Amino acid sequence: MSEQTNAESNPFATLKRGLQLSPELKRGLGFTIFLAAVTALGRLVVPVSAQKVLDNGLFAEAGPNAAYVITVIALGAVVLGITTAANFLMNRRLFIVSETALANLRRRTFRHIHDLSMLHQQSERRGALTARVTTDIDQVSQFLQQGGMVLVTSSAQIVAATVVMAIYSWQLTIAVWIVFIPVTWLIKWLQGHLAAAYTNVRVSVSKMLSAVSESVVGAGVVRAYGVGARTSARLDESIEEHRGDQLKAIRRSAVSFGAGELVYFGVNAIVVILGAFLVADGSMSVGELTAFLFLVVLFTQPVVIGTETLNEAQNAVSGWRRVLDILDTAPDVADPKDGADLPEGPVGVRFEGVRFAYPGGEEVLHGIDVDIAPNRKVAVVGETGSGKTTFAKLLTRLMDPTGGRVVLGETPLTDVKFSSLRSRVTMVPQEGFLFNGTLAYNVRFAKPELTDAEIYVAFSELGLTDWVEALPNGLETELGESGANVSVGERQLVSLVRAYVSDPDLLVLDEATSAVDPATELRLSSALDAVTRGRTTVIIAHRLSTAETSDEVLVFDAGNLVQHGPHADLVQEENSIYAGLHNSWIEQTRSS
Amino acid sequence: MTSLDGTAPATANLLRQGLRNIGDMIRIEPKRFAIGAFGAMVNTATTLFVSYVIGWVVGQVAVPAYENGEVAVGAVAIGVAALLGTSVLRFASMCARRIGAGAMMFQVQAHWRRQVTRRYLALPVSWHQKHPTGTLLSNANADVEAATRPLAPLPFAVGTIFMIIVAMGVFVTIDWAIALVAVCMFPVLFTLNAVFATKAAPRAKRAQELRAEVSAVGHESFDGALVVKAMGRETAETERFTASTEELRDAMIGVGRLRAAFEPAIAGLPELGTLLALLVGLARFETGAMTLEELVMVSFMFSVLAFPIRAIGWVLGDLPTSVVGRRRIDHVLAAAGDMEYGENAPEHDGRAAKLEFDSVAYAYPDGTEAIRDVSFTVKAGRTVALVGATGSGKSTLASLSARLTDPTAGAVRIDGVDVRELTHPHLAATCSLVQQIPFIFDDTVRSNLALNRPGIDDTRIWAALADAGADKFVGDLEDGLDTEVGERGTTLSGGQRQRLTLARALAGQPRLLVLDDATSAVDPKVESQILSGLKHSSDAASVLVVAYRRATIALADEVVFLDGGRITARGTHAELLAGHQPYADLVTAYEQAEAEREFDEETTA
Repeated sequence: MSEQTNAESNPFATLKRGLQLSPELKRGLGFTIFLAAVTALGRLVVPVSAQKVLDNGLFAEAGPNAAYVITVIALGAVVLGITTAANFLMNRRLFIVSETALANLRRRTFRHIHDLSMLHQQSERRGALTARVTTDIDQVSQFLQQGGMVLVTSSAQIVAATVVMAIYSWQLTIAVWIVFIPVTWLIKWLQGHLAAAYTNVRVSVSKMLSAVSESVVGAGVVRAYGVGARTSARLDESIEEHRGDQLKAIRRSAVSFGAGELVYFGVNAIVVILGAFLVADGSMSVGELTAFLFLVVLFTQPVVIGTETLNEAQNAVSGWRRVLDILDTAPDVADPKDGADLPEGPVGVRFEGVRFAYPGGEEVLHGIDVDIAPNRKVAVVGETGSGKTTFAKLLTRLMDPTGGRVVLGETPLTDVKFSSLRSRVTMVPQEGFLFNGTLAYNVRFAKPELTDAEIYVAFSELGLTDWVEALPNGLETELGESGANVSVGERQLVSLVRAYVSDPDLLVLDEATSAVDPATELRLSSALDAVTRGRTTVIIAHRLSTAETSDEVLVFDAGNLVQHGPHADLVQEENSIYAGLHNSWIEQTRSS
Repeated sequence: MTSLDGTAPATANLLRQGLRNIGDMIRIEPKRFAIGAFGAMVNTATTLFVSYVIGWVVGQVAVPAYENGEVAVGAVAIGVAALLGTSVLRFASMCARRIGAGAMMFQVQAHWRRQVTRRYLALPVSWHQKHPTGTLLSNANADVEAATRPLAPLPFAVGTIFMIIVAMGVFVTIDWAIALVAVCMFPVLFTLNAVFATKAAPRAKRAQELRAEVSAVGHESFDGALVVKAMGRETAETERFTASTEELRDAMIGVGRLRAAFEPAIAGLPELGTLLALLVGLARFETGAMTLEELVMVSFMFSVLAFPIRAIGWVLGDLPTSVVGRRRIDHVLAAAGDMEYGENAPEHDGRAAKLEFDSVAYAYPDGTEAIRDVSFTVKAGRTVALVGATGSGKSTLASLSARLTDPTAGAVRIDGVDVRELTHPHLAATCSLVQQIPFIFDDTVRSNLALNRPGIDDTRIWAALADAGADKFVGDLEDGLDTEVGERGTTLSGGQRQRLTLARALAGQPRLLVLDDATSAVDPKVESQILSGLKHSSDAASVLVVAYRRATIALADEVVFLDGGRITARGTHAELLAGHQPYADLVTAYEQAEAEREFDEETTA
């Protein structure tokens, strides 16, 4: 999704693909274009009336004819009324159709971003992802409603003006077009330069947004280290860079807009020169020449405005391109077609020669073979960076292995339907994200149909009633953005309850209680044990107390599974990794 | 989405506010505005001059040619030369207008962005917590754009007003009847524009708010993408997003309906005016009050005026959005409650600082008390462990120590001086806080550690990395200290991020180190090395550490036990273990659990 490819890709390809993905835009397009044509016709009323009035009203052979003039002008007013009504209808349709289509596009893009794999999501800046469903689509909408229609009416106006001009004088019309065609080439060439300038603007705006978000999200660190000056220097730099890019773009745009002026001069000059001769030899009347001079405005104005609109179009098309790029990215961890449902009941897991490497990185898991029987409680231990978390992510199919396979029950993980997988297998990540809402809202995130009473029951089953009651508004306490109103440990409690109520058959906890005090952790752990009957639990253990109470322990070291067995057995293995970890743990927790 | 101002702007006010906003912006960038406006005036003047040339060509070239049957070559040459001259002038003035307008708009945008982000940096952390990130992002971006939007067509509109005045002058000198038609048309056109602008105001405001809401929902949802995925809630999240999106759609369609009604009328009126001018002009031509040349010129002027008048409409049309955007910017700029820093930067010998809590209380804005009546001292060079159950107020104490927030009662003192009296640089250099959730800047490892603080060279950085147990993995990175870590350090693991933030604190050689459970993802061995290293080095720092691990606690000279926001026990680890049951229950939880298990096993055996 590099910005470079955006600029290079063909705008018509983007438009075509965009219309393909938003078929609503095409619905009734014909009628809208018809209305646009009628609207454009309205622009002809004045010049045609002027010609009729001058030729047949003023220079009429029988002398000035007032009745005729009044009739022409009244007729002109009526046509103007009709075309104004068409303009009204066209605008209305346009807003309704484009807003409806773009709301759908927003929704689909949003969904697609969630469908992309975790790795893909992480490779993009969050601000950039948000821009895909907001500003990028806003630009498309602005363009469709203003620029897009201007383009249609402008084209219609050029066609209509050409037709009428040809009626007055075909010679002059050909001359006008001969001047006009080379200018269009010039405009096209200038457009290329403009596109590059606007691409720079987009890049610098996203840089700027990321700098702003840093000053907002990292507010605490900036304060604590007194580095406001550094942050504001970075902000100023990105703001200034964005301004510079905008200015460069507007300079180029002004010059290419000026190309329209060239057309106007060229066309006018040719009409004056040739027109004089045509009038002299009697093949054109004064009124016709006057009307022609009016029509030249009608002809060149759309060219000038059209150039302007093409600038906007550049922005809109590259915005649209970025949205389409997201939609056209196939999720690399995809919901299988005709996927299988997991059979009812507790589920076991088997890793068969599983390897994993991050894209462009070294391998972090080197062939893991392990079988976890249903209903077991398994602890996974190892030093930081040993591959524990990768193991958990592969187990829950947040990522797919680069070698080997994971089998859930008897079904390869890649064949399990997402709806089945996500309802039966739940992972609680270390940094459990909370949404800006109440405690109840956050718990219901896992299971919307829960009543308050059921949520209370869940908290009390996990021994957390006291905690809920100590909150200012109980279940209705607002947790703030990302749970900012409660401590990190409390956020983990909420995440755990949230996973608990989703009642999975395989629960994976990735250091989910690392910030919780030991007493609470143990209380949670025994509460989970009590209700874990009939559930497989895999715990990436941060504290070895978890390993001690597990049925079996998996010990990871440098991407390999080095030990596997019950705690009591492993701890006996002298000089083993696990014995080392355990000794250190005892030292940490038992020294007086 | 917090509504900043519940009342819809009164329509009468709106125009005033919008014009005042424009006035403010002109005052920010008068020079660029002048260039743009001058360009626009020259440009419109030449537009009128073209009408004159056209009228002249018809009168001096076409009519004689028609009457004489031959072309006056001299007159044609003059006509073409006049057209060329005006074209060149039009091109130059148009560039001045557009570049002037653009340069002005971008300068004002940059100006406000700098101001808004300055406020972000100056406002306290508590203010940030009250405002969703998405809203703050949109204040610095979309709202600034909205507020400055009228600037793009502004010089054009100024030029148009100038052109109308000139044209009126021309009409009056030609004929009073024609002038009357213009006098009727322009006010109607202006009123139509004004009515549209004011009617659209509340709708535009609503759309703007909804746009911010859509952005906030999107941002939050993508922030929590992992949880959404892990719980398979993509569909529910999409529904939530769709609800906001559909509201936005309806609001935009509302704006569109209004626009659809007004725009065609605004476009059609000048054309009706031209027809009227023709009619009136014809009558006057017949009475001999006007020449043919003048009639053509006048009707041509009406038709060329039609388009530029729209520029006034654009400015007026952008006013509602701009007023809303400006209000939202002002909301940030006017936000009070800055953390004022003191003037005091006491001399010191570089040795450890003393931290003192004196009857400190902290209550949230809603009145909920997080901590109350907390008094304790971290003596110079000593290590104090803060222990307590989840939610007992430990993190609040940690942020009070580093003055991320101020207490609602009592005082926090460093070396006997209230932290509110210290200068910001002094405070930042004295006390380093390492937060529970590591925050990494989108920059290199070196910049993340040094943060442009003076005196932090590579030697010190490597020493700090070694002390934090991060030297090995940083050494293994392809570009070492020059490695870019990505937004929020996404290329690193949680433990790595935590060690980098630890190293960042150590690199500054603070005299007081506050660790808010900052080692949860660090291996216990590394943690004890860090703490004992701090304790035994010659330039030892005082340490306040939030901890659960017994080994960590045991390294502390004193333990402060928090329960429900109050200190319920203080003393050495051994004293508390022996004398305070809640403390003993908390820190010996694992042993107790193990003992119970062994007991169970024995009894069942």
